[in-house]
Amino acid sequence: MSAHEYLIRGARLADDRTVDLRLSGGRITEVGSGVDASGATVIDADGLLALPGLVDLHTHLREPGFEQSETVLTGTRAAAKGGYTAVFAMANTSPVADTAGVVEQVEALGRAAGYATVRPIGAVSVGLAGEQLAELSAMASSRAAVRVFSDDGHCVSDPLLMRRALEYVKAFDGVIAQHAQEPRLTEGASMNEGALSGQLGITGWPAVAEESIIARDVLLAEHVGSRLHVCHVSTAGSVEVLRWAKARGIDVTAEVTPHHLLLTEDLIAGYDARYKVNPPLRAQEDVLALRAGLADGTIDIVATDHAPHPVEAKDCEWDAAAFGMVGLESALSVVQAAVVDTGMLTWADVVRVMSTTPARIGRLSSHGQELAAGANANLVLVDPSASREFGLGDLAGKGVNSPYLSRTLPGRVHATFHLGRPTVLDGAVLPTDAVSAGPAPAAG
Amino acid sequence: MRHLLSTRDLSRDDAVRILDIAEDMADVATREVKKLPTLRGRTVVNLFFEDSTRTRISFEAAAKRLSADVINFSAKGSSVSKGESLKDTAQTLEAMGADGVVVRHPSSGAPQTLAQSGWIDAGIVNAGDGTHEHPTQALLDAFTIRRRLHGTAARGRDLDGVSVVIVGDILHSRVARSNVWLLTTLGASVTLVAPPTLFPVGMGTWPADVRYDLDAAIDEGRPDVVMMLRIQAERMRAAFFPNSREYARVWGLDDARTARLAPGSIVMHPGPMNRGLEISAAAADSSRSTVREQVANGVSVRMAVLYLLLAGGGEV
Amino acid sequence: MSARTVLHQADIARALTRISHEILESNRGSASLVVLGIPTRGATLARRIGGILAGIDPELGADTVGTLDVTMYRDDLARNPLRASSPTQLPAGGIDGKTVVLVDDVLYSGRTIRAALDALSDLGRPRAVRLAVLVDRGHRELPIRADFVGKNLPTSSEERIYVRLDEVDGEEFVSVASGDDAQPTHGAHSTHGTHGAAGAGSGARP
Repeated sequence: MSAHEYLIRGARLADDRTVDLRLSGGRITEVGSGVDASGATVIDADGLLALPGLVDLHTHLREPGFEQSETVLTGTRAAAKGGYTAVFAMANTSPVADTAGVVEQVEALGRAAGYATVRPIGAVSVGLAGEQLAELSAMASSRAAVRVFSDDGHCVSDPLLMRRALEYVKAFDGVIAQHAQEPRLTEGASMNEGALSGQLGITGWPAVAEESIIARDVLLAEHVGSRLHVCHVSTAGSVEVLRWAKARGIDVTAEVTPHHLLLTEDLIAGYDARYKVNPPLRAQEDVLALRAGLADGTIDIVATDHAPHPVEAKDCEWDAAAFGMVGLESALSVVQAAVVDTGMLTWADVVRVMSTTPARIGRLSSHGQELAAGANANLVLVDPSASREFGLGDLAGKGVNSPYLSRTLPGRVHATFHLGRPTVLDGAVLPTDAVSAGPAPAAG
Repeated sequence: MRHLLSTRDLSRDDAVRILDIAEDMADVATREVKKLPTLRGRTVVNLFFEDSTRTRISFEAAAKRLSADVINFSAKGSSVSKGESLKDTAQTLEAMGADGVVVRHPSSGAPQTLAQSGWIDAGIVNAGDGTHEHPTQALLDAFTIRRRLHGTAARGRDLDGVSVVIVGDILHSRVARSNVWLLTTLGASVTLVAPPTLFPVGMGTWPADVRYDLDAAIDEGRPDVVMMLRIQAERMRAAFFPNSREYARVWGLDDARTARLAPGSIVMHPGPMNRGLEISAAAADSSRSTVREQVANGVSVRMAVLYLLLAGGGEV
Repeated sequence: MSARTVLHQADIARALTRISHEILESNRGSASLVVLGIPTRGATLARRIGGILAGIDPELGADTVGTLDVTMYRDDLARNPLRASSPTQLPAGGIDGKTVVLVDDVLYSGRTIRAALDALSDLGRPRAVRLAVLVDRGHRELPIRADFVGKNLPTSSEERIYVRLDEVDGEEFVSVASGDDAQPTHGAHSTHGTHGAAGAGSGARP
């Protein structure tokens, strides 16, 4: 038992209180000053920030089917490295997560690995084909208890199918997470459409292809009284549409990725495929609008869209390269650089956009809890004063397709606790056997 | 010059130097022995991931006139079409000792990726990449314009004051891009004419005027050069314009428009031409037309480029 | 400054006049004579020699002088900074059956002349080829010998020879500088008039 008891000494909370936290039996048992350390492993948290474990609503774990890119085990190791204790695993696996069998398998793999709580996302349509609804109810009532449904990678572009999906998931308090990309307007597109795409001769992905789908979907959600979530918002215009929808009282939430908060399209001028991502990197004015939207609550959360690929999928010419970047390990540092160090978000805001709200959208009540006695012991200790050149050693998944390699980033995850057990200590991911050993402590 | 990837990278002096050397190379073509020993012992690989017999044989002739060994590597029907990556192909060529690689690729930026990758040490010549650039085509166009305008006194001169109208599928044209950068660097003024659907967005940053009206561009602009681009039939299926009849009527260089061109002005086309679509047969065959000169000049310009890339041990 | 002038303007003029007379003498007149200068300064010297020949022998054809660019025939291209080529301009009568006198400013390793002989053979078949140089500084690497020499100038291979001609440089002299003080007395100049240690440093043109 004592192996599972920890005393975190002198951590600063997001509200600036400095406290000791005692973790036992998968829960936080005491928060205060001068907490008794007897029988517990003491972790000196002087100078460290204690935040609720981060929750990623948009992760590609690739298993089953693409294990050369990532597995549930390696992907959740990457999550732990980045301070995450829960990830929502996207449905574009092979087979597609469009049946109860697949989502239960993914959920069980996550439980066995132990690095983070894995909540599968179910596909909206069979095979992500956008034609026929998948068995949404069966996935919802399965052991995986799916609440988030998405054809991510593909847009549910058929307006009738989108309407039906929005309506159908009301039966079990689900949400449709839309990958907003009008397919006809983006055929062959692989970077932001603008002056640079014209110069480089790369087919442009116009902002309107995202904004028009978001506009359609918020009106549909309003019409049928459903809950809508918009994945990876990338343009200033999308922020405007969302702001309008929220002002109308439409039940819509939205996410932005860390890379869309920091990186711009001009990085593509050298055709470096590490910067190929969907939706594409946009212009500086978009980045600034996204930051502002996140700060004023128009955008609800940050989600990584962690998209690992094998080396050869990026070590090639632009057109042949895969879309996507890994993001779990770097997300908190990138958010710090983009919106905390620039004074737009407080650490309490970071808790809201990276833990509390994503858990709420995904109906994952066991995560995103305030760090108080009785809460589940999901937390991360961060050294916000650190600064480092981000390198391969900072990556813990299979993918090395990070756009931040060789870039200096602030902050560093010092330790991560998942349900009371450490997954990262002193910045290092703990070995698999240490994390998966023993039954997972019972917790909500 | 280590690689030739884009005309955007070329300064005016670089460009004039290439054209001047090309003049000397053109002189070789008039001699009894049309060959120079300059690149003896060097290996040039023509690495073509797209079919383009014209461009390939032009580079082949250029390399052979400089006594280089030439290896033609066509991706069609080779291991590349069976999924071999650009990286593996490049490393194979490196192992074979290629000194220069002339690459034609359907993906924009592929030559730059090759040049920057470290997979291969050879000098890279972009022979057309996707819808990005085709620098040697622009150089041979500039060379052709300069020769037509200045004749034997062309050496050392730029294109200051020359007005050029480029007509056609600007959106998908690597020839248009390379020409816009190069011709304006050399001092020419460039006007682009196309249906609005065939311009990229964000044209405001290009150093060129944009017009939709070919008649106005001819009658008001009085251009010295009209360059027609090849229009591809598949564009109309993607709704860029209704049909070839309408395109030819509005944006084609027909006989009436040709007749209104200023005296001494020239008509260019990178080939292959769609006679009756973007250019009338009479315009293509008139004395204004430089189409055949462009082909001949292509060899001279490519000789100059190969010389500059492969002959020297360093920069001038 | 250790550069010393070995030929002044008047010395150069005298040397060219003597060379011109020797050319006519050995050719037994001006018939079938073609004078080809190797750019840059060899071409200038060839034009001057052509002028002197015309003054001596009014029968000399007007179109006798040309230039022969050897850049593309050099065997040291890969070892030196790349040079731009110059046009080759042959007299209208060509070189077939003619006596071609090649003219260069400095004869050193002989490699430039070797390249010139290769270039000539691609252009036609002269009856004979002769070589005239303003300065022969020795250190031959090939079995090549000048027929007409303005001045023999024994040098160390560490030294550099500077040839400056009015038409090209706006001043006129030939000087020798030691290798570690490789600047002519008149300040900075194009390296193309420099004939330094073989392969050593920019501007070396053996």
